[in-house]
Amino acid sequence: MAHADKNLPRSTPETKVFWEGCREGELRIQRCADCGEHQFYPRIICSHCTSDQIEWVVSKGQGELISYTVVRRAVSDAYAAEVPYVIGIIQLAEGPTMMSSLVDCDCENVTVGTKVEVVFENWTEEISVPKFRPVNP
Amino acid sequence: MHPMRGKVAIVGAADTEVGIVPDLSATQLCIDAALRALKDAGTSKDQVDGLITCNSMAEPYMYHAEAMAEYLQIFPSYCMSVGAGGGTTFSILHHAASAIATGVCDTVLISMADSMRSGLTRDQAMAMQSSTGHTQFEIPYGPTVPAFYALIAQAHMARYGTTAEQFAAIAVSTRTHASLNPTAQKRDLITVEDVVNSRLIADPLHLLDCSLVSDGGSAVILTSAERAADFPHSPVYLLGFGEGHGHEHISQAQSLTTSTAVEAGQRAYEMAGLGPKDMDFAQLYDCFTPTVLVELEDLGFCEKGEGGPYVESGAIELGGALPVNTHGGLLSHCHPGNPGSMFALTETVTQLRHQAGERQVKNAEVALVHAQGGIMSSHTTLILSTENS
Repeated sequence: MAHADKNLPRSTPETKVFWEGCREGELRIQRCADCGEHQFYPRIICSHCTSDQIEWVVSKGQGELISYTVVRRAVSDAYAAEVPYVIGIIQLAEGPTMMSSLVDCDCENVTVGTKVEVVFENWTEEISVPKFRPVNP
Repeated sequence: MHPMRGKVAIVGAADTEVGIVPDLSATQLCIDAALRALKDAGTSKDQVDGLITCNSMAEPYMYHAEAMAEYLQIFPSYCMSVGAGGGTTFSILHHAASAIATGVCDTVLISMADSMRSGLTRDQAMAMQSSTGHTQFEIPYGPTVPAFYALIAQAHMARYGTTAEQFAAIAVSTRTHASLNPTAQKRDLITVEDVVNSRLIADPLHLLDCSLVSDGGSAVILTSAERAADFPHSPVYLLGFGEGHGHEHISQAQSLTTSTAVEAGQRAYEMAGLGPKDMDFAQLYDCFTPTVLVELEDLGFCEKGEGGPYVESGAIELGGALPVNTHGGLLSHCHPGNPGSMFALTETVTQLRHQAGERQVKNAEVALVHAQGGIMSSHTTLILSTENS
């Protein structure tokens, strides 16, 4: 599948560890060494207590779909081949929320509350994008 | 009493032709709106010492307000262009009010326009609007603007049992109002069935749950309550305003189903010394139907989770308890992007002057207008009235 024309994420000094993790099959998020809260997206401070004692941890990659939509009209030609595609907001078991795609699912039968787990899709040599699939009971 | 309550008034308000206006550029629409508002106020450009605009996507300038001042050859003491998405227009009104109240300037012209329909290709318009997402953590997944708002709609449905038919009821009542407005872009009556049978764009949003893509401009003129008496039309006073800010990116929202319209509304009500029951009508930002439903709840017009039954009851129709978007809103009147909610403001002035013709709300004296920008990110509520006492 051609990913080159998609809106490729561009790693920054702040997000480099995250994208390197994705390339290695790890969903890396941040944890505050002071208050213990997790956060996503990456920041230089803890968004809960403003501590700068931030450490990277590997998320279990498990969570719950708290909302979703089935996109029937693609945002651009680069995404048209994938229509209909499911975009959702996932709450990770560690607490933070993130947007992602839901894959390996029947897009006509998605429900809020579905348990999901992370998978990685390789887009380029540098970029792998975290997506989620339903956890089969 | 709050020192800003009733201190400034809108003394001029006007729209350009809206909808599909290929013969005017975005700059021309902005200037045309300004000139029409000046005419409505019975004043001239030389009386303007404050100018506020928003940038155009179709014809952007690095410093838009400066460019418009230069075009008009006016030399204000207060001049800026602002950008906060759909909330841009209302949030700036209270900044202008504060500038007047503190003596920085006397007469502020706020003029905003864009040419989203004719000045951009369909793909350009779509790409620009969806760029509101986070470049690393949202945009790569291919979300469209309807998709962002669909996430709010779906969460509301899952949590409160809201239905597609209830969202559709908002599109229907808004279109009915537009049918009474000769300037509206879409005036053909529609039914709930028409909405739910229209093409799915991003579940649960159908084509007719989505606002229009339009050209158009709109402007208002603000001055102090003292000076307002010297203008030809009855002043429309600003009694209260408030903002609420929750997030920028929807994936970071504290709640998908309750927005910071709650705080914006509470701040505005408190300043005005009024509550939701005092409002004769409301203009609520309606880029998509679920936006209106959440705003009705968050601004206290019904209980949280009761927005669906409330809109189905007919409450938001002309003649109902709270007519909403009496001009036809972004859904049916026009939506030229950032200037979109200006038309809700000029409509409010028209209603409070009792000049709205067939769509006039009877005995209208007090109104609430609310706009939001981003993806339910930033909220501004204004309360306007025919009286400032």
